Amino acid sequence: MEWLERNVPKMVLAPSFVAIMIFVYGFIAWTAWISFTKSRLMPKYDLDGIGQYERLFAAPRWDVAMNNLFIFGGLFIVISMAIGLALAIFLDQKIRAEGVLRTIYLYPMALSLIVTGTAWKWILNPGLGIQETVRGWGFESFTFDWIIRPDMAIYVIVLAAVWQASGFVMALFLAGLRSVDGEIIRAAQVDGIPTHRIYSAIIIPTMAPIFLSAFIVLAHLAIKAFDLVIALTGGGPGYATDLPATYMYAMAFSRGDLGQAASSAMIMMMVIFAIVVPYLYSELRPRHDK
Amino acid sequence: MTSKTMLRAGLYLILILFALFYLMPLFVMLTTSLKSLEEIRTGSLLALPRDITFAPWVEAWSTACAGTQCEGLRPFFWNSVLMAVPAVMISTVVGALNGYVFAQWRFRGANLFFAMILFGCFIPFQVVLLPMAQMLGLMGLAGSIPGLIFVHVIYGLGFTTLFFRNYYVTIPQELVRAAKVDGAGFFRIFWSIFLPISLPIITVSVIWQFTQIWNDFLFGVSFSGAGSQPVTVALNNIVNSTTGVKAYNVDMAAAIIAALPTLLVYVVAGKYFIRGLTAGSVKG
Repeated sequence: MEWLERNVPKMVLAPSFVAIMIFVYGFIAWTAWISFTKSRLMPKYDLDGIGQYERLFAAPRWDVAMNNLFIFGGLFIVISMAIGLALAIFLDQKIRAEGVLRTIYLYPMALSLIVTGTAWKWILNPGLGIQETVRGWGFESFTFDWIIRPDMAIYVIVLAAVWQASGFVMALFLAGLRSVDGEIIRAAQVDGIPTHRIYSAIIIPTMAPIFLSAFIVLAHLAIKAFDLVIALTGGGPGYATDLPATYMYAMAFSRGDLGQAASSAMIMMMVIFAIVVPYLYSELRPRHDK
Repeated sequence: MTSKTMLRAGLYLILILFALFYLMPLFVMLTTSLKSLEEIRTGSLLALPRDITFAPWVEAWSTACAGTQCEGLRPFFWNSVLMAVPAVMISTVVGALNGYVFAQWRFRGANLFFAMILFGCFIPFQVVLLPMAQMLGLMGLAGSIPGLIFVHVIYGLGFTTLFFRNYYVTIPQELVRAAKVDGAGFFRIFWSIFLPISLPIITVSVIWQFTQIWNDFLFGVSFSGAGSQPVTVALNNIVNSTTGVKAYNVDMAAAIIAALPTLLVYVVAGKYFIRGLTAGSVKG
């Protein structure tokens, strides 16, 4: 009975422990194993070296997907952070309708990316969308047909993703701005230091951890972005807007190429871990001391 | 004085322009969904509807074709409810108990396991997609709603555990020690000390999980069958359905219907929604 009492906490955790071991770590191991085999339509378990990775890196479509990830990820993160920070600073100036504006800026985050994609696909379609509307205002030669142009379609994905996530970055930064010690700011104001200097020299440097977490969340969203591409462009025109996530899905479920699906998933995981592991490590370390 | 007033005016102008940018897609969705196809073709994207019609909404809800099935969004909306409600409840209950153990009943190895759970939150789901498809087949859950519930519970556990752990860790351990001295056991302490103060974090967890699961597309499209597709998958199928004339108004009505539950949650409980978002990113 006493043994039972002592071990209840472990027994409560046990099902989750088993589940995480199998469905997270076991499954990662399975995918890693498959990525080193000749699996096609059905999984094969005989190891076959790094053939799948060689095929992956030689595939032009994967090349496009990785390039798109860097273009999309880079622009999405930088623009969302810039807009988020600017809006947070502007909203911090004792704005009258702050609550209403905040609600408006953040609501896209509650939507499914499929809804976001559907809406922007309609707005950006060259036939009846924004292009036609602006032409109707008298600007006959106005052209905004990025969504059907292979070289520009990826920027449309950036636009929709920024629309969805920048309000969230604003909320993060605003919370950060509000947590800065008011005494220091007031002292600086008394000394006659101009507002922009107070921000650039005092407030923003103290928010470094928030920049880091915003970066982590955005990078994570960018690498996992799948729904948005599917809904907005379907990966097209051709495969011009493929991302690693859509490449992996195409290999797994429409091409029936498990080996390629597994190796591309492993690369995705390594990219995420290269970003997240140092962050989690630094987050978890101080905890042991408490 | 005048330059300062100008500055304030400019500030408000920028803030309002951004508000318009965020509102524009919602406005366009709503107005398009209330126009006839004829009006859409001849009128402007940003114009208000001349003759308001609710026919697209009726069609989106009950007759629009998703692939070969022409019953509108209704059956899929119901699928999403049947999937989200149990998945949210189970993952929240398990997360609460896990978080309680991690925060108050430390044992050797608990920190390591917590770190492992945390890493699990960050994996790209693509890396578990293939084995999960096989596993669901083995378990006889392939293409079913219970299968989707199972998947969402497993991969939601990390976040719910994190929420509750970070909330309970602020409660002084002396409280638990005193209760133990008084002879209260593990569940008794949870039930009479921790649960009564948990309403805020339960709300955060429920809202976070509901939003995640309702809006999920990847698991839905990978693991559902013809009869069990969630509403996001059906919406995508309706929009990309190639049969017949492209009915933009029906697409937009369907998109709003699919978005309504999470939008409602956001409007009613926005404060908790934001706390979930930030708790998921800023730990400790």
